[in-house]
Amino acid sequence: MTTEFRLAIGAALGRERVRTNIRKAMDGLVSKRAAAFPDADERERLRDQGEAIRGESVARLPELLEELERSCTRNGIQVHWAETGEDANRLVLDILRHAEATALLKGKSMVSEEMGLNEYLKHAGIEAVETDLGELIIQLAGEAPSHIIAPAIHKDRAEIAALFREHYPDQPPAERIEELTALARRVMRKRFRGMTAGLSGVNFAVAETGTLCLVENEGNGRLCTTLPDLHIAVMGIEKVVARLDQIPPLLTLLTRSATGQPITTYVNFISGPRRPGEQDGPRAVHLILLDNGRSRIRLDPELSATLRCIRCAACMNHCPVYTRLGGHAYGTVYPGPIGSILEPQLHGLAERGEMAEASSLCGACAEVCPVRIPIPRLLNRLRFEAVNAQADSPALGHGSRRLAGQAGLWRLWAWTCAHPRIYRTLTRLMTALRPLQPTRIKPWTDTREAPRIAGQDLHRLARAAGFTDRL
Amino acid sequence: MRPHVGSPPHFQPSGTIGAPGRRNERRLVRGRAAGDTVDRACTTEHQKMPNTVYFFGTCLIDLLFPRTGLAAMRLLERAGLRVLFPQGQTCCGQPAYNAGYRDEARRVARAQLDAFPESLPVVVPSASCAGMLKVHYPLLLAGTADAARADAFAGRVVELTDFLVRVLDLRLTDLGPPIRVAVHNSCSSRRELGVADATMDLLRRLERVELVEPERAHECCGFGGTFAIKQPEISAAMAADKTSAIAATGAAVLVSQDCGCLMNLGGTFARRGGGPAVKHVAEFIWERTSHDD
Repeated sequence: MTTEFRLAIGAALGRERVRTNIRKAMDGLVSKRAAAFPDADERERLRDQGEAIRGESVARLPELLEELERSCTRNGIQVHWAETGEDANRLVLDILRHAEATALLKGKSMVSEEMGLNEYLKHAGIEAVETDLGELIIQLAGEAPSHIIAPAIHKDRAEIAALFREHYPDQPPAERIEELTALARRVMRKRFRGMTAGLSGVNFAVAETGTLCLVENEGNGRLCTTLPDLHIAVMGIEKVVARLDQIPPLLTLLTRSATGQPITTYVNFISGPRRPGEQDGPRAVHLILLDNGRSRIRLDPELSATLRCIRCAACMNHCPVYTRLGGHAYGTVYPGPIGSILEPQLHGLAERGEMAEASSLCGACAEVCPVRIPIPRLLNRLRFEAVNAQADSPALGHGSRRLAGQAGLWRLWAWTCAHPRIYRTLTRLMTALRPLQPTRIKPWTDTREAPRIAGQDLHRLARAAGFTDRL
Repeated sequence: MRPHVGSPPHFQPSGTIGAPGRRNERRLVRGRAAGDTVDRACTTEHQKMPNTVYFFGTCLIDLLFPRTGLAAMRLLERAGLRVLFPQGQTCCGQPAYNAGYRDEARRVARAQLDAFPESLPVVVPSASCAGMLKVHYPLLLAGTADAARADAFAGRVVELTDFLVRVLDLRLTDLGPPIRVAVHNSCSSRRELGVADATMDLLRRLERVELVEPERAHECCGFGGTFAIKQPEISAAMAADKTSAIAATGAAVLVSQDCGCLMNLGGTFARRGGGPAVKHVAEFIWERTSHDD
């Protein structure tokens, strides 16, 4: 069936330059991660820890969120709850209007992508200024992120140079990477001046202390969260962890899995607005807790493992499907393996269920996941939910991908394979009719020759060779 | 060669804690926590070298590559084992299972449990099908009347190359001419069962075989069962890259422990022309070590 996704896949596979850029970048990230975990035992111990910590977060989510709210409030952070992305957008807008802000400095945040914040603010007449270099590049290009930690990873140096020439004609021409980053820095520094509001994501929020942790490499996150008088942090509710002492293992898992760094250039621990007598920092800090379907995912004991994710992107870096398509072909906020389990759950199987089929179940993702999300198993589960019409299924849109004809074929296949005599009759028939086997079996033979049915099946050959049935 | 823990070699289902030389073994073991006790019980039961084994041929080999199945059974027989081939066996049920049709997969799984009733090792010449029987049957049948049967069965399942190396410690005398061989380890052998080393290990026992690993050896070939049908474009792109990497090794033969991968790669090679001959490891070894064919 030629779906929109299949068309996008075909187009993506045809874009040689993008494919080369992504493959090169992913190869780099894969080897950096490998080099960052030289000791396999230590790595596995850390992954155990990561799984346990994040598992606790998901299991105790309601109480931890309440504790987080209390701790944040105590620290002077104003906490808001948003059921949907639309609710979160409205909250951001209200806060900005109250502060009379006309523009918003943005640090990198996938949740803000999930909310569609930039578009929303644009309609409200507020400019969102992306300050992360990758986000800036795709904003200039009018594109969406193609990767959750490296949003412009699909673009090469020459493309970025051309974009900068077009958008910053008054700047001296830049070609080399150092020149390009220096140009971006000059341009961005100017934008930071006089801004009254900044927005950031959150990597982890500590319930016990009311601390928001934010990792980044460019310093733009620190500027967004300290320079303007107003800081708004947006986070998915699952990012809460119970205690501060759980942060070090998570941080090292995150940065080593993501970019192979022992630690990022900047690690921000935000624990409230500027206090009396302090020289800098925002005068108000708001935290928006976005649910957007996460509570529903949490209700299923198996699928809730999805919520352990710390958004390191190691799964996509190692995915043979993602490395060939890039993020845009998925047409979703979260691409790759994590997207393929998260998006169908967030938006329903009818709309996004096909993503769960775009996997050979090779297991490369689960092998590297720092919090051991069993992605192939969850993909299998979602495929089951997609064709399972039973009323008590917890998945959104369950049964929506069940086609009567397909289901009938599987029933017939199962009946054959569950009745050995019938199975043997059928294989015997197929071997006998071997000369009639078609040479074209679509879509297999579009790119491959079809295997030939054998003259005699193994059941018969084994018996003829004297291999008996039983003791 | 991987050192053995204790001697003589025991029949110990793969994925047991402490087996050396396995990458990422802990994850696999943890993932099958429920099967642990079964594994141990089974280990005790088969402390000694078994003298009789079941052979599960797989449906792919049954209909398309029966010579591979026969070669594998002859290797086992030549090692002194009695090999039983239950005529009641059909398919492991994985195609339906991975397509989401669990009820159908369950029906087929029960038929396989019926076909292998005795408490004997079940040797499987495919890591993918072995993974279905060993890892997924207990999950698929958990909470049903067949749960205990599935657990016990899973404990008896062992992938062919793993069995040949770890249990039989098979000695091989290479009768063939010098040859360069590329190895493709299936994702199931690598990540689900952790037995990818066994194929390399076996081939190293052939004196005149030069082994080469293609670039990005860890990456999937793009088969993935129904994936190749549902997402043919991505699957083809993966197979194209994989065959290019294999062709670049200059190997005369491509060997794997899984016929699904070989069907995908062999079919792609046949279409693009050139490239190595494609053979299942059992058939390759049988041909190199026997006077007759």
